[in-house]
Amino acid sequence: MKTKVLAIDDSRTIRNLLAATLEEAGFEYHCAVDGREGVDMYPDVDPDVVITDINMPNLDGFGVIEELRGTGINSKVPILVLTTESAPELKARARGAGATGWITKPFDDASLIFALKRVTGAAA
Amino acid sequence: MSGSIQDTFFEECEELLEATDEGLTAIEGGDHDPEVVNAIFRAVHSIKGGAGAFGLDDLVAFAHRFETVFDEVRSNRLDLDEKLIQLLLRSSDQLSALVEVARDGGEIDEAHNDTLLAALDEYIPEEEEDLTFEPMGLGGPAPMMDLGDLGGAPAEPQEETYRIRFQPLKEMYGTGNEPFFLFQALKDLGELTVTMDENELPGFDAMDMAEAYLAWDLVLVTKETRSKVEAVFEFVEGLCELSINGDGDAEAEANALAALNAMFAAPPAGDAAAAPEGEAPAAPFEPPVPAPEPEAKPAVAEEKASAPKAESGKQEQRGGPKPTLRVELERVDRLINAVGELIINHSMLAQQIANLNVSDTRDVETELEGFKNLARDIQEGVMAIRAQPVKPLFQRMARIVREASAATGKTCKLVTEGENTEVDKTVIERLSDPLTHILRNAVDHGVEKPEDREAAGKSKVGEIRLSASHRSGSVCIEIKDDGAGVNRPRVKQIAIEKGLIPENAELTDGEIDNLLFAPGFSTAKEISNLSGRGVGMDVVKNAVTGLGGRINISSAPGKGSTFTIILPLTLAVMDGMVVSVADQTMVVPITSIVETMRGSDDMINSLGADGTLLSIRGNFVPICDVAGALGLYRESDQQAGVYLLVETETGQRCALAVDDIHDQRQVVIKSLDGVCGEIPGVAAATILGDGKIAMILDPESIIAASPTAAAFDTERRMSNAS
Repeated sequence: MKTKVLAIDDSRTIRNLLAATLEEAGFEYHCAVDGREGVDMYPDVDPDVVITDINMPNLDGFGVIEELRGTGINSKVPILVLTTESAPELKARARGAGATGWITKPFDDASLIFALKRVTGAAA
Repeated sequence: MSGSIQDTFFEECEELLEATDEGLTAIEGGDHDPEVVNAIFRAVHSIKGGAGAFGLDDLVAFAHRFETVFDEVRSNRLDLDEKLIQLLLRSSDQLSALVEVARDGGEIDEAHNDTLLAALDEYIPEEEEDLTFEPMGLGGPAPMMDLGDLGGAPAEPQEETYRIRFQPLKEMYGTGNEPFFLFQALKDLGELTVTMDENELPGFDAMDMAEAYLAWDLVLVTKETRSKVEAVFEFVEGLCELSINGDGDAEAEANALAALNAMFAAPPAGDAAAAPEGEAPAAPFEPPVPAPEPEAKPAVAEEKASAPKAESGKQEQRGGPKPTLRVELERVDRLINAVGELIINHSMLAQQIANLNVSDTRDVETELEGFKNLARDIQEGVMAIRAQPVKPLFQRMARIVREASAATGKTCKLVTEGENTEVDKTVIERLSDPLTHILRNAVDHGVEKPEDREAAGKSKVGEIRLSASHRSGSVCIEIKDDGAGVNRPRVKQIAIEKGLIPENAELTDGEIDNLLFAPGFSTAKEISNLSGRGVGMDVVKNAVTGLGGRINISSAPGKGSTFTIILPLTLAVMDGMVVSVADQTMVVPITSIVETMRGSDDMINSLGADGTLLSIRGNFVPICDVAGALGLYRESDQQAGVYLLVETETGQRCALAVDDIHDQRQVVIKSLDGVCGEIPGVAAATILGDGKIAMILDPESIIAASPTAAAFDTERRMSNAS
């Protein structure tokens, strides 16, 4: 079984970058264009890990985390937030909402895979 | 990172910049809705995010500063006053410029960039300024623990043994972090031994499910640096008790082991609360979790990447405002060509049926009519594919006006109307330069300085209205300013100085205004950096006529000027009048014909040796024989007895003499470019129903070349002058 990633980002560029890296690394990649779609897709995709942007229309990254954690069934899924700054307060806020970790944009392949490794144990 | 992802980025940038412009325009118009501010923030943020991925540092730096100011606005720490809005608008322009440079190459105006950055900085509070954009590194943001005494030696690629004590706090489990996965990540770094410490695990009755009781002792032998080891625990920093101790020699190792054992054997007295009394297991330290074999890879990791899933493509299409399909332009153009042929084919078929001499062709004609309607439907459908709203073009123009205002020290705002009017893609592309020029002119020469405006009782802020609309099969684009209007005495004086008109010429107001389009005309005393550039409005006119359109100006002193551009909806098909001239079939664009009439001898008056004038309802109009103008000779008794009254852009009227009028129909324009050189009087060619090629005439250039028209024009001006 491939590790399933659900990426939620409103930027097509970032989605494409994630897709390219993750598919090459052997992950199963799914994506949503905003927080609302991401939460809606979650049950169908049933991912092993969620990567979400923070600033998005409809539902932002914090909202995604809160909704996923709030549902109970999904309370354990690792959620990585994509942030542009490594601002400590942003990370603290994300973690307060229940984020597992973060990926700082711009990311390189190695750091992305490393982040996934730490929360899923999987390299692919 | 492949080029295609970068292409996607630039495409996305266009959309994001449009969204930014749109939002800022709304804000400028007084809409301070938080969602508008948020949308701009997100757009700029996305540009920054993407730019970072491609190492576009200038863009990242600027977007970051821009975004930070916006963050202040959306956090209500900053008020959107007029000054800030203007700065944001200029910053948005600069962001576009930086995207363009990143995509197409070229130079950044460093000084301008720095000025804007400095101006943005003024709105950023001190502590935020240090929040620099950090390229991704593996090092944690801050030391996660007291590193203690490590001897201070930088890590060398030597094998080192780390003793790690890892005790999660209960909060960690709420974040989805799993110790097991962290250990797997550690195992990638070297040889790992894991031992679970369940000493603090209370008896079942005392167990609180929300509490964290377990701890782990890890021994990692690795050649990796200490920071790499620490990076594994980055996500759980603050969510666990963590100590990482490296030791170089066996003695230290033994001591540490002993210390660890001692510690585990008897929990510190102060920790009584964590270990409920009487329940504290005094059992010797035994590793209950079997340490995974260092060589064995986790099962999940063995599933190697196979073919990338096609699914992502499918997923990518989800959402978004409307499903769209990207098609190469060339394919659409092939289709348009084919539709053009179809229309020609229909004409040919109709012609041949007529030639059959069958008495009753009604049934065939009904079907033929259906064919014609279908062909038109297809044509319109295909044209619609090429049609695009003028909105992006208009938004760019807002930028031009801002730049021009800043450069001239005037204050102008651009009001746009009919942004959703759809126009052929090529028309939009080729309209950009003329519009830019007209707008710069409007700011530079049209709108007065703020103090002059005030003195004239106008608002300090000049208004330039840019509108688009469909008007009877054409597109009408209007640029209207509320400036001083054309300075007619001055325009006339310059025209005389430059020899464009005779010294004593008497011109109507409209004629004077339209002198602006005369080649080589420029009212600027010195070529201003802005609208001058040695290019006159004649270039604008050429660009518009090159698109098969017309441009006109009207002006009211003290009230402003209006430029009107009329363009065909499409470049591929036009309505034309089919006429014959000296046995040749030709097409005259309907748009230029004012009226048609059959002439009789008593309507014709002579002017000078060769010239003739047509008398229409008491007015004289010079006659221009098309055959003569094109150098065609009539056989025997043929006569040009039909007149097409046309009006030029300068308001000059002329009667084009042709032999006969046959039909009025839609024709497919076939460019003569590359087939033959420029023929004066001929704009393009088309194929008629009988399969013959017909020239499409350009009335303007025929009239311009006509000696009668010129003589009459001069005479009229002279007589007006006297």
